[in-house]
Amino acid sequence: MKKSFEEQIEKLEQIVKELEKGELNLEDSVSKFEEGIKISKECNKELENAEKKITILINQNGEISEEEFKTEE
Amino acid sequence: MNYSEMAITVTELNKYIKNKIAEDEYLNEILIKGEISNFKNHYTGHLYFTLKDENSLIKCIMFKTYAQKLNFMPKDGMKVIILGSVSVFERDGVYQIYAKVMQEDGLGDLYTKYQKLKQKLEEQGLFKQEYKKPIPMFPKIIGVLSSQTGSVIKDIINVSTRRNPNVYIRLLPVPVQGEGAAEKIAYGIEYMNKNKLADILILARGGGSLEDLWPFNEEIVAHSIFNSEIPIISAVGHETDFTIADFVSDLRAPTPSAAAELAVPDIYELNKKIISYEDRLRNSLIKKVELMRLRYEKCMSSVVFKEPTRKINDNYLKIDMHIKQLENLIKQKCKTEKTKYIELVSKLDALSPLKTLSRGYTITEKDNKIIKSKSNLNTGDTINLKFIDGNVIAEVK
Repeated sequence: MKKSFEEQIEKLEQIVKELEKGELNLEDSVSKFEEGIKISKECNKELENAEKKITILINQNGEISEEEFKTEE
Repeated sequence: MNYSEMAITVTELNKYIKNKIAEDEYLNEILIKGEISNFKNHYTGHLYFTLKDENSLIKCIMFKTYAQKLNFMPKDGMKVIILGSVSVFERDGVYQIYAKVMQEDGLGDLYTKYQKLKQKLEEQGLFKQEYKKPIPMFPKIIGVLSSQTGSVIKDIINVSTRRNPNVYIRLLPVPVQGEGAAEKIAYGIEYMNKNKLADILILARGGGSLEDLWPFNEEIVAHSIFNSEIPIISAVGHETDFTIADFVSDLRAPTPSAAAELAVPDIYELNKKIISYEDRLRNSLIKKVELMRLRYEKCMSSVVFKEPTRKINDNYLKIDMHIKQLENLIKQKCKTEKTKYIELVSKLDALSPLKTLSRGYTITEKDNKIIKSKSNLNTGDTINLKFIDGNVIAEVK
């Protein structure tokens, strides 16, 4: 199952903390950094490519369809 | 007899009756029940209506200050219980009830039903905290079960889009009061679960009387909420109303807008948070690299690297120094040995008989022994005289 957003953010937080502790050797620091940036890019992607949709599920005699929902302004 | 002087005026009569009633403390505080009819919600905020039962009625008025405190909107045909006082409205010569507190009658049994069901479900553990699912931090699809008309869905949409312009809201319209509403709500929840149509569900309706909110107190709705895999935020009725749905749901929000705020993460906050993490990542790496560079430079700046030959030169110097020392020592040694030798030689010289010989003396020996005294010699002895340049044999005369 694709990692949930929460897990991504948690992983990112953990990497930031580890790096900030500064006890990693140079090589690990670089690889942790790259991993962190990768995750943050994924999180951003998920936020950006969401697309606004306000829909309503209409039940036509048992058959449910999804249509655009306009609130009467 | 002049009756007209004797007669009292209408005002006097009404005033008299008013005082009569005012004196009766029972009428000052009465609890009365009946059915509301020709109810008028006057623009001044005062409520005018009549209270009736099968065979009689009485006019009532509820001033605005009291009317505001009602948690329901009275309407004709509603059975109510009123706490108030009786007084005369002199102008019309009418006695009426001045209501202070009003509550739906028959509410009693609905209310007890609510309490009983609430207790039963509580004992079954439906309200337990451990069954409450956490609200996801970033649900992609927000499911809403509410009526498609009215301000509730509008509020939810407004708040949601403000917090996340790209929000995906999926509304499943359901009746929120009246007959059969509970079944439709329950079915709606199951439907959204079965088809995994949302990451979170908001169950919402506006304010209303206990009767209006009743579907959300039905057991069928309680169980469907409990069994829902999708976390549910409930926002039913006014902030002060608590329906059973609110107790079973994973999170109760005081209003539909609050429910939207709890369900929809604020994109700007989330973005800021991620950007701050990226910065912190970058800064800590830069710091790390900087640290490493410093350590590297510290090594490189150490003399060992800067002047690699330095060490060697130092050693050369040391060697030279040692050699010089050696030479000096040797010289010294020779000198001292030499002087010692010269000393000895000169001492030897001084002591050496040759020196005395060279000054003309001779060494007299007899039988190879040096004769130091004349008394060791007798005439006729052959002696050997050693000169600087040779020996002479002689006879003592």
